[in-house]
Amino acid sequence: MDIPAKLDNGRSGSEVATAPPRTPPKKRGTFRGNVGDFVFKHLTLLFAVMVFSLVFLMAYEMYSGSRLSIEKFGLSFITNTTWDPVQDEFGALPFIFGTVVSSMLALIIAVPLSVGVAMFLSEIAPIWLSRPVSYLVELLAAIPSIVYGLWGIFVMVPWIRTSLEPFLSKTLGFIPLFRGAPYGFGMLAAGFILAIMILPIITSISRDVLKAIPNLQREAALALGATKWETTRIILSSARSGIFGATLLGLGRAVGETMAVTMVIGNRPVISASLFDPGHSMASVIANEFTEATSDMYVSSLVEIALVLFFVTMVLNALARIIVWSVTRKYNVAK
Amino acid sequence: MNSFRWRKIKSGIATSLAALCVLLAVAPLFMIFFYTLFQGISALNLDFFTQMPKPVGETGGGMANALVGSGILVGLGSLFGLPIGILAGIYLAEYGDNPFGSIVRFLTDVLSGVPSIVVGVVAYIIVVLPMKHFSALAGGVALGILMIPTVTRTSEEMIRLVPHYYREAGLALGIPQWKTTLRIILPTAMKGIATGILLAIARAAGETAPLLFTALGNRFWSTSIGQPIASLTVFIYDYAKSPFEDWIRQAWAAAFVLIAMIFLLNLIFRIVTRGRYAER
Amino acid sequence: MNRFPKIVLLLIATCVFALPSSAQLKLNGAGATFPYVIYSKWFDVYHQKTGIEFNYQSIGSGGGIKQVTEGTVDFGASDAALTDEQLQNVKKKQGTEVLHIPTVMGAVVVTYNLPEVGNDLRLSSDAVAGIFLGTITNWDDAKIAASNRGKQLPDEAIIVAHRSDGSGTTNIFTDYLTKVSKEWETKVGRGTSVNWPVGLGQKGNEGVAGIVKQAPGSIGYVELAYAVKNNLSYAALENKTGNYVRPTFDAVSAAAAGALKGMPEDLRVSITNADGKDSYPISGFTWLLVYKNMKDKTKAKAMVGFLKWAMGEGQSYAKNLYYAPLPKEIIKMCDARIASIAIK
Repeated sequence: MDIPAKLDNGRSGSEVATAPPRTPPKKRGTFRGNVGDFVFKHLTLLFAVMVFSLVFLMAYEMYSGSRLSIEKFGLSFITNTTWDPVQDEFGALPFIFGTVVSSMLALIIAVPLSVGVAMFLSEIAPIWLSRPVSYLVELLAAIPSIVYGLWGIFVMVPWIRTSLEPFLSKTLGFIPLFRGAPYGFGMLAAGFILAIMILPIITSISRDVLKAIPNLQREAALALGATKWETTRIILSSARSGIFGATLLGLGRAVGETMAVTMVIGNRPVISASLFDPGHSMASVIANEFTEATSDMYVSSLVEIALVLFFVTMVLNALARIIVWSVTRKYNVAK
Repeated sequence: MNSFRWRKIKSGIATSLAALCVLLAVAPLFMIFFYTLFQGISALNLDFFTQMPKPVGETGGGMANALVGSGILVGLGSLFGLPIGILAGIYLAEYGDNPFGSIVRFLTDVLSGVPSIVVGVVAYIIVVLPMKHFSALAGGVALGILMIPTVTRTSEEMIRLVPHYYREAGLALGIPQWKTTLRIILPTAMKGIATGILLAIARAAGETAPLLFTALGNRFWSTSIGQPIASLTVFIYDYAKSPFEDWIRQAWAAAFVLIAMIFLLNLIFRIVTRGRYAER
Repeated sequence: MNRFPKIVLLLIATCVFALPSSAQLKLNGAGATFPYVIYSKWFDVYHQKTGIEFNYQSIGSGGGIKQVTEGTVDFGASDAALTDEQLQNVKKKQGTEVLHIPTVMGAVVVTYNLPEVGNDLRLSSDAVAGIFLGTITNWDDAKIAASNRGKQLPDEAIIVAHRSDGSGTTNIFTDYLTKVSKEWETKVGRGTSVNWPVGLGQKGNEGVAGIVKQAPGSIGYVELAYAVKNNLSYAALENKTGNYVRPTFDAVSAAAAGALKGMPEDLRVSITNADGKDSYPISGFTWLLVYKNMKDKTKAKAMVGFLKWAMGEGQSYAKNLYYAPLPKEIIKMCDARIASIAIK
């Protein structure tokens, strides 16, 4: 007897049949003993609908909460640099700038490291090493943001202020990126701490992607006389889009990070060429100013920033999941 | 040097670089963990767990109200998040192989990427404003929303992992499908689901941003859900950016308690899921 | 099926535990970090005395004003008096007036971290304005050296620290700067949240003090209590008459004495850059924001009881915590305002 369906424990799962053949179909409208089934199915459906509508509820609430500022400022909200609660004039560009710069810096540091680690874990390391190391990397993801922030204030920032920034000033100080007083707090600190925080997620997804590529490719390369590194290079290029997806996920996390960033970024809404200078991010301005936004326009502007954050992270996540899913799917089907 | 030799050397360099990456990646983990351990353990004493906070600038006191507060907030979050997550997960696993199910799955993944501060803003709008004051309830709602994606996804996966012949056996015995799911499949998957719940709890316990303007904070002992409530994470935030040395000491102690608990929950999750289910 | 009941029981237990616990009266307040040191002491002492809990969250004066306007707290606190427009707003939203009750006076000190210089730095009003405007960027600048002859100032960059949240302390400080510097008046102005030309921001008086404590070469502005309790140095400032005055109780009281003559009935007044040769130029009142007509009369009674205690026994705690107690004349005016709070 052939047993229908395979167990799929992958993330897609849309091609799996779990329910075996049901009792013979009845005429519509008769509920022979299936009341329980009906109720149960619709009860669980109800909750699934709740999850479905949660996203839309959130978007709607934030939209209606920011109606005032959307109507008043329109698109100039994201191009204006003045954030003046006294005059009720709000432009979010400094925060967008801060979020973008700190996240980009984090990606520049984290992506090469993550890909290196993923490569090591999937291609090079023996099982007895890769399991515990993967676990350690995942533990990094479990550390709460506030603890990163605490460590950032008392360990990382002093180190940046007394060692890194003076060093960079001396050696690379001719580049505008590295000019200015050694505050310690600032964009550089934020970028570093974000890099540590997004490393685990980029690593684990990259590793999953690399693992999904069938061994056939590796064996073929090795059979042709390629060295370990050459084989890996081939695999990496096949996994290119998956790794890109992992990067997007990391970016999504970096963009939304709040506590660790607000504790080290310096909290000043300026756009500056230097990484040494303080800045502000979208998430950190909400954390700093939400409880005290006195006028309705002020609150509305902050909620609008939250709305922008919501959409940006949603788009990044959606894109990333689609890309990663399509890569692993390609190889699952081929297996 | 012949070409092959050179290629081998390149390969060796690449391997070493990759190993270096691993060291650089894992080093911060150890740095943070051990630093927190050393600072935290020396600051940890019985007072920390049993005393209330002292007035500003005075030394001593503890975080008893914050420990309980965090517990209550996570409890409330679980109350909201667990039923929704588990039942939605059951739907996805049992009846979810249709376009609607795929959309829900997709949205759940997307929901897990929403920044926690945004969830806090939403909770402020839908709970704090109508209630006209801050409360543990608002904080609980925020945490609940944050827990839903993890619980949903874990529930679905764990139920799918139950071998289908369990289901067949139940149906063959004439048990209706819903009873089979509820009485046979679910208990079997429960161990995995419970550990997924532990993960979600670990995440919720470590959240700070959404609590800043929902639960706010409380210097006194409070267990009421309609009032502002203290939490471990917000205390760490308040104390960490202050200049008072005693407060900073207490912040490290709290951070240590927090990550010790989270690591423990993660460890339990790992042990249970490794034993039962094959490594992916 | 044996795990379900356990979880359900646990959750029920949490809820039961979480239901309104005691019959203790609890009031919630939020606002200024400036007086947080003394308020937390007062509320602690008062709690021990009467059992009533005043839960005060120090989220900044901006936060206090906001929460009082929205009605999400029972009382607020601010060192920036509400503007007429803000007063109207509260009346519109809450249906009752909000009263300003001054509790103590404090000094906003300019605190710095320069271990090699010691704690007797003198800063002229030009120097302070220049530093916070970003036009003076180095500690050995001529303007600073001019008032500190005989001291060796280091050749270090000045790291400025200011508030990132809405702050009454900022309001007092920028009010002073607006009065002494035309450039500051046109470029930045006064307010609880201003467009700082330079520097790092952090939340609360604690946040600014935290930065100054950590970073050598830094300078910031905090309430006196925060500087003293953390062994931070603070400068003697040039007052209106040209004297360099350190922030002592007498200096703050001298500043208040000048303001007594023109004191309005609603007690909203600024005493920065006051006349008098002994006045400390950055002094200010801090107020509790109390609704005239609270819906919950038990809470109103508790509030009035506390305020009366604060005007009496509470004042004796001020000096120990580096705040200046209120002058008697002002206490009399406060008593009149407190009497107007509806308790029936």
